[in-house]
Amino acid sequence: MSAQLSFRDVTLGYDRHPAVHHLNGEISAGSLLAVVGPNGAGKSTLFRGIVGILKPLTGAIMLGGLKARDIAYLPQSVDIDRTFPISVFDFVGTGLWRTTGIFGGLGKKARAQIAQALAAVGLNGFENRNIGTLSGGQMQRMLFARVLLQDARVIVLDEPFNAIDAKTSADLIALVRHWHAEKRTVLAALHDMDMVRAHFPDTLLLARGSVAWGATQQVLTADNLLEARRMCEAFDDGAGTCVVDAAHSRAA
Amino acid sequence: MLYDALIAPFLDFEFMRRALAGVVALALGGAPIGVFLMLRRMSLVGDAMAHAILPGAAIGFLFSGLNLFAMTFGGLIAGFSVALLAGLVSRVTVIKEDASLAAFYLVSLAVGVTIVSMRGTNIDLLHVLFGNILALDDQTLLVIAFNATISLVVMAVIYRPLVIECVDPVFLRTVSRAGAPAHLAFLALVVVNLVNGFHALGTLLAVGLMILPAGIARFWSRDITGMMMISVASAMISGYVGLVLSFQTKVPSGPAIILVAAVLYVFSVLFGNVSGLVRQLFPGRHLEA
Repeated sequence: MSAQLSFRDVTLGYDRHPAVHHLNGEISAGSLLAVVGPNGAGKSTLFRGIVGILKPLTGAIMLGGLKARDIAYLPQSVDIDRTFPISVFDFVGTGLWRTTGIFGGLGKKARAQIAQALAAVGLNGFENRNIGTLSGGQMQRMLFARVLLQDARVIVLDEPFNAIDAKTSADLIALVRHWHAEKRTVLAALHDMDMVRAHFPDTLLLARGSVAWGATQQVLTADNLLEARRMCEAFDDGAGTCVVDAAHSRAA
Repeated sequence: MLYDALIAPFLDFEFMRRALAGVVALALGGAPIGVFLMLRRMSLVGDAMAHAILPGAAIGFLFSGLNLFAMTFGGLIAGFSVALLAGLVSRVTVIKEDASLAAFYLVSLAVGVTIVSMRGTNIDLLHVLFGNILALDDQTLLVIAFNATISLVVMAVIYRPLVIECVDPVFLRTVSRAGAPAHLAFLALVVVNLVNGFHALGTLLAVGLMILPAGIARFWSRDITGMMMISVASAMISGYVGLVLSFQTKVPSGPAIILVAAVLYVFSVLFGNVSGLVRQLFPGRHLEA
């Protein structure tokens, strides 16, 4: 299968401090990949790099011909102003941005699509509610409905089931499997290993760099998990410059 | 009697008709901007930018006296510069945008007042600080109407990205590059409307007809379209009642207009059906689901 995303010696970070360090590998089109690892492993940073919010410090992320805007992204701590007076219907409708753009109106077809997306996540009857009145689970359902409307080839979900009850997770994971069946590429950062084992064929175990990457059963071994757990959070004020980079520049 | 008090001033005096036309245009252009300023927690940013306009207008005044175009042009340049500089400082340094704006506007206010007092009299200074809506001539009225029209058109163009930028900025960044241009266009509209308000209400009160109506609207609607309509309506009502009040009582018209808006605001805080105080005290019996 062709590569949808490839990472070439990617280092991503903040203020010169790497959070993802020299990552190499590729994700084939249509794969369903769990990204697991301890807090501070670089999962969110990697996702921010993929969707183009964060530029790599070194290396490159290839999107296989896609533009960053063709990727649907659900961030972990969603920066949504819940006091803003907007209805669930209008909010979810912004998922149609690629077809409506700045000026396009919401025609009959678009309205039907929005209604369908809301039904798919179990939010019928919530159309006119203000987003500020939703519970945590309902909020997550609404965000999934927007991802649904984005109709993207690649879907990136950053810890989508945090603080979500069992029923909501089950409903939303069904949606994720549906996307997989439609041959979309889905990446999800997760902490629930049982869920990963049950639903995700492939896993990347990340601890700044890749500890293991491949079929879930082979990746999630006790040894690998222990190794990932040993990773200490990277930010060190006294850190010197990276030796791998120095070696690269000497070779060049 | 009522006719004499409420309608006759406008039929009898041309300057009152001009003032009314001016305030209607200001309401149409400025009130929707005020709603977005409030929702983006930028109400005080509007106030700071209003002060920032002063040195520009003052330099215009220094060169050509109370000349409409010189002062408008100067005000626009100064407003844009401060908005951009403050944005730049906050982006590239550790200073946050509010602190950065506060620094710039304090300097601007001091420079502005110094420039006006170097050449003009105290009357001129009062004119610049508090405007004079009763002295709008044809040209000024046209400038105000023109700016209000521009605001409404630009607002329609940037409306969708602006709303998404307010609710979920990260999402907008992943689907479009429209966020930054929309934000800049919005800041430009803030400046244009402040300069507009400056002619009628002066630099210090210009922002009043944008922010107070927005605050009022928040208490009566849960929906942004409704908020914008209520804010425009309450700005117009404040303008009209303020002008009548000023005509009958000889209170200066700018402060009279803002005071009427303030009364409406206090009324809304107390009795508004969205989180008004009385509503919170007597919410009624709870519902079944």
